[in-house]
Amino acid sequence: MPRGLTPQLSDLKETIEGYARGYGLDFFETIFELVTYDELNMVAAYGGFPNRYPHWRWGMEYEQLSKGYEYGLSKIYELVINNDPTYAYLMESNAEVDQKLVMAHVYGHADFFKNNFYFQHTNRRMIDEMANHATRIRRWVDKVGIEKVEDFIDRGLSLENLIDYHSPYIRRNPDPRRAEEEDKSNERVEGFRVGREYMRGFVNPTEFLEQQRKKVLDEKQRKKQFPERPQRDVLLFLLEHAPLEPWEFDILATLREEAYYFAPQGQTKIMNEGWASYWHSKIMTQKALKDEEVVDYADHHSGTMGTRPGALNPYKLGIELFRDIEERWDKGRFGKEWDECDDLRARRAWDRKLGLGREKIFEVRKHYNDVTFIDTFLTAEFALEQKLFVYGFNDKRNSWEILDREFRKVKSKLLTQLTNFGNPIIEVVDANFDNRGELLLAHKHDGQDLKQDYARETLKNVATLWHRPVNLVTRVEGKGLALRFDGQSHSEKKVEL
Amino acid sequence: MSLKIHQDHGRFKQIVRGKIKANLRRYVQKGEMLGKRGKDTISIPIPFIDIPHFKYGHREQGGVGQGEGDVGQQLSPGAVQPGDGQQAGQGEGEHALEVDVSLDELATILGEELLLPNIERRGKEQVVAQRIKYTGVHTTGPESLRHFKRTYKQALRRQIALGTYDPARPVIVPTREDRRYRSYRLQQLPETNAVILYMMDVSGSMGDEQKEIVRIESFWLDTWLRHQYKGLQCRYLIHDAVAREVDRDTFFHTRESGGTMISSAYKLCKDIIQADYPSASWNIYPFHFSDGDNWSADDTRHCVEMLKADILPHVNQFAYGQVESPYGSGQFIKDLRESVGELDNVALSEIADKDAIYQSIKDFLGRGK
Repeated sequence: MPRGLTPQLSDLKETIEGYARGYGLDFFETIFELVTYDELNMVAAYGGFPNRYPHWRWGMEYEQLSKGYEYGLSKIYELVINNDPTYAYLMESNAEVDQKLVMAHVYGHADFFKNNFYFQHTNRRMIDEMANHATRIRRWVDKVGIEKVEDFIDRGLSLENLIDYHSPYIRRNPDPRRAEEEDKSNERVEGFRVGREYMRGFVNPTEFLEQQRKKVLDEKQRKKQFPERPQRDVLLFLLEHAPLEPWEFDILATLREEAYYFAPQGQTKIMNEGWASYWHSKIMTQKALKDEEVVDYADHHSGTMGTRPGALNPYKLGIELFRDIEERWDKGRFGKEWDECDDLRARRAWDRKLGLGREKIFEVRKHYNDVTFIDTFLTAEFALEQKLFVYGFNDKRNSWEILDREFRKVKSKLLTQLTNFGNPIIEVVDANFDNRGELLLAHKHDGQDLKQDYARETLKNVATLWHRPVNLVTRVEGKGLALRFDGQSHSEKKVEL
Repeated sequence: MSLKIHQDHGRFKQIVRGKIKANLRRYVQKGEMLGKRGKDTISIPIPFIDIPHFKYGHREQGGVGQGEGDVGQQLSPGAVQPGDGQQAGQGEGEHALEVDVSLDELATILGEELLLPNIERRGKEQVVAQRIKYTGVHTTGPESLRHFKRTYKQALRRQIALGTYDPARPVIVPTREDRRYRSYRLQQLPETNAVILYMMDVSGSMGDEQKEIVRIESFWLDTWLRHQYKGLQCRYLIHDAVAREVDRDTFFHTRESGGTMISSAYKLCKDIIQADYPSASWNIYPFHFSDGDNWSADDTRHCVEMLKADILPHVNQFAYGQVESPYGSGQFIKDLRESVGELDNVALSEIADKDAIYQSIKDFLGRGK
């Protein structure tokens, strides 16, 4: 079981925390727990939490982590939970320099969790909440049996990315009261324009008006679909309208809540890791590092920052981008004048000595998420300097290769990948499709096809929740395709989009 | 110490077991897993167990990378991991998941799936091992086995009863009578001995494909019999016109040319049994693999005589597997079927190709001999 810190580590924590506050980082109280590698693997498998509902997926995760660790292939360095107080874990067997590094990194995350806008709606008592979820689901297990519950969780998890990642921040559906008023105003039918008031009765007799009114109403009724407009939060839609048993409802609602809790961490991966790395590097190199620890620190830091050609390292991209922003705002490399200057030499020597960098990055960490972060701050110079490229699969040569280094393409590819947290956008379009109570989902195609086998399996899971056939309209290789699962078998047909 | 995760881990293993069971027929045909054998575990690649999501196909997707290289340059294989751009390090994608399964577990699965009966052992159960088992608590015993907690409780109980226990100064002094010791009992573990004698025809007509089949089949036979008998021994005999004993490695890799005299192998087999394995205390399993081409009818007759007189009376089961080969006549199994096929400790099986291994294992082990 987790233990408190040793006196030595406790002192270390005080020191690092002092440094972090000294730099202006602002975080909830942060509690470090000392764990063995096995416990760390467990907690990591549970997504950072000490207690989760029973599910084999954690077991699989644990198996992989344990193997990775035992074979010396991978090692978890930091693990920190967005909670108040913030919890983080230290591995017993780590050397002191590692512990310092982890602490410094954790304070970066803690500051980000507390201040970034996208985390504002998250439950800061999630540790307790997760434990409650675990208890609740265990209770359902006792009542209906592990097989049924686990099976249902599998289905629920299969749909966990079908949530509306922006819904905590915007209002999708108009205020129902206002909508009602609009309805009323529409119901008034004016009839033909009447020049003279006394002619009204003749031009628009009451029967005629009545008829017109009915026509309008019918029209509206016909147009009225359910849901009225496509709904992106498929999970919510199923919760509200699918014929679920009470236990099914409860579990699905729980899964949805957890998905929303984790969503901001996915939406800010690059920023979050970049920010934490920026600060561990600052704190370690400027304050905490002892001479004899430099080599070990450099080894671990560069290990974290390492890049491979076929994958983008969020730590690396994040830290570099934050540093770039700091430099640009320090030197005044922004604004109209900068943008319009195309004299390379002038640009290179540009330094207005503004010193606004630190202030700017604190502002950035507060208001941005990965998409807006990249969109706003990834410049052509940066992409060039960081050697970013777009890669793709070459069918002829049957291998991955570098496709392009052009800035615009790199940026747009990156943004596409990050949009909607890298998930396809699927919406509920019609809950009474074909007037047969079937569910119609639509994939908003943005140039990338769905993975077919997965889509079919997922559709099957939707169908078991909906208890009626389910259809998905998507596009495959440029052609419209409707997938359908009717409870027994899959079918598909071409559709015009 | 037990962690909460072990429950989930257990569930996961159960699922994996189910997957292996469902795909057993495929594994049985495949040789690739044999290379991944550890001391007593084996790595089995199983299709990645994943929860399906609506997600993009990775091939169409491509991505953004970082590093040197010109446009058009290939990325090194393995550089691109599916599932990037989402959560890094989540390991999603088309990886096969490799799980370690103990050979014992694998044998159990094999047994359940093929409905193999447990083997009725022969011979005296020899006592081979003694094991110490702690079974209770006594008032006497060596100090090294003193049960501290029980001793303390006993002393506490006595002191409270005597009224000498002072809650303000809770000092407990155990006397000789208070002391408790762990006590043990010696358990005797009966064990039986077993030996497999593998014989294989290595004459020119047995090609690589045929040997591969033998190799795979012998792995499963090994696994099952090892599960049934602790301390199973294996002996390997190869023969063409003459027979000799070799080690395992040579057994599977030797290729001779020349004729085939099956009797030479049976003679060697008989000699080994007589010399090393008295049938009273040994369970003996000769397995012979050949393409069924023997030198002459005379030799075959000689084989049958030897089988009847010297081998069959001493062994649990004699098994002959005939691997189909383009050169062999396949006559031998017919001769055996006629002469000894009726006997209940003879198992004969024709293995046409890798698909047939599954059935052949069943033929060999299905009788519980």
